[in-house]
Amino acid sequence: MFEPGSFLYEAWAARYGLLAGLATTARLSGITIVIGSLIGILGGVALSYGPWPVRLLLRGYVDAVRGIPVLVLILFSYYGLALLGIQISPFTAGVVALGGFCGAHMSETVRGAIESIPIGQTEAGKAIGLTFWQRLRYVLLPQAIRRLLPPWVNTAVEMVKGTTLLSIIGVVELLLATQQTIARNYLVLQFYFAAGMLYVLVNFAISQLGALIERRTAHFRY
Amino acid sequence: MAQPLLRAIDVHKRFGATEVLKGIDLEVQQGEVVAIIGASGSGKTTFLRCINLLEEFHQGEIQVDGERIGYTEGTHRRLGETAISAQRAKIGMVFQSYNLFPHMTAEQNVTLGLIKVQKRPKAEAVETARRWLDRVGLSERRGHYPYQLSGGQQQRVAIARAVAMEPKLVLFDEVTSALDPELVAEVLAVMQDLAKSGMTMLVVSHEMLFVREVATRVVFMEGGRIAEQGPPDALLVNPKSERLATFLGRFHGVFR
Ligand SMILES: Nc1ncnc2c1ncn2[C@@H]1O[C@H](COP(=O)(O)OP(=O)(O)OP(=O)(O)O)[C@@H](O)[C@H]1O
Ligand SMILES: [Mg+2]
Repeated sequence: MFEPGSFLYEAWAARYGLLAGLATTARLSGITIVIGSLIGILGGVALSYGPWPVRLLLRGYVDAVRGIPVLVLILFSYYGLALLGIQISPFTAGVVALGGFCGAHMSETVRGAIESIPIGQTEAGKAIGLTFWQRLRYVLLPQAIRRLLPPWVNTAVEMVKGTTLLSIIGVVELLLATQQTIARNYLVLQFYFAAGMLYVLVNFAISQLGALIERRTAHFRY
Repeated sequence: MAQPLLRAIDVHKRFGATEVLKGIDLEVQQGEVVAIIGASGSGKTTFLRCINLLEEFHQGEIQVDGERIGYTEGTHRRLGETAISAQRAKIGMVFQSYNLFPHMTAEQNVTLGLIKVQKRPKAEAVETARRWLDRVGLSERRGHYPYQLSGGQQQRVAIARAVAMEPKLVLFDEVTSALDPELVAEVLAVMQDLAKSGMTMLVVSHEMLFVREVATRVVFMEGGRIAEQGPPDALLVNPKSERLATFLGRFHGVFR
């Protein structure tokens, strides 16, 4: 069972490469989701309340990016930007493409969540003298977060899966690290299966995080 | 006479092409309880919302305690967000649909404005909130969330939220019309208590018995104008205009 050629032996032999790949996947996902969420909050607020030129611009960004396949975004930010004289590493290109993609989806999600809150909430906030940012911070966003959570988890999980596409531009994340391992030991089924399980694990962690926040905010109803 | 607390001068308001307020002139003195009555669509809500700057108006002027509300002196240019928020903080408003913040307890609903707008220390805000919740009969319920409260209780929290800020003027827009009949009295009792304590109130209401008993003056609105006003007994029992007589007739001759 621990002979050379067995899965466990080969997995142990390749452990550093695989763990490094997993770490890269986790780091990419984390950075992307954080950037995407920040863009999403700002973008969603601006889409709901910004002056019309800002809204128009953002609407263009959101609709364009949501309509373009992620792979095209990735290839563009790596090869396209290089042609324009902007040299960035595959990792950075990946962050730009996935972060931009994530931000567009999150913006739309945040906008929807804010606009689903009854107008009476805004008016009650105004009536006690809260300013725009105070209403956002104390009245609207705390209520929006509940509606936000399920689509946020979905998008986050999509982003983790999306990182696999970066193997195409040479980012050694979990998928590419797995492929490199398989190239050495030919245990195709076993290693793809193991990689798949690791992705499931990461995504499970994300949905658990979502569930935790959901419980934290479950003390009120609409 | 002293300077009126509220003074509206020739206020006009349009929604698109339809003029909804066609020149409202009204003065309310400190401590008065003025009831606004009138048919649906006569502009009562719109007028209250103009006073609290939830609605923009196109012509005329509104002053609260001598201060021009919502627009720059001389010109009719809208003030900035900060100035408008500061003015709103001095005017309380209670809505028909309560509009409590669902993610906050009764007490937190009341303290939010005290802490964030009036910048009072938390302990003091909590103390003030408890005093007001006690006053509206909800000391037992201060840790409850809105969904755990009846409509009447929610509306009383909303009243506490508005008056705890010690506004110069409190606006009530049909605050009992969303309530089940058996819950109306508890809310009206709170309002009567506030009226007795000398609070200046502008109350849109269809509760004619309450209006007659509590209001110091009644204003009848008709088609975006003030058609008639006077002391409740005179106005409600002996209306001068045909229209007011017709309007009151709908309340089953309560006064005759
Ligand atoms: N946001 C709006 N857009 C367009 N028209 C409006 C709007 N709000 C109110 N109106 C119109 O303005 C007029 C006055 O409405 P308002 O709500 O002030 O009447 P009201 O006297 O409060 O009536 P009610 O007794 O039914 O509450 C109505 O004809 C209404 O249709
Ligand atoms: Mg109304």
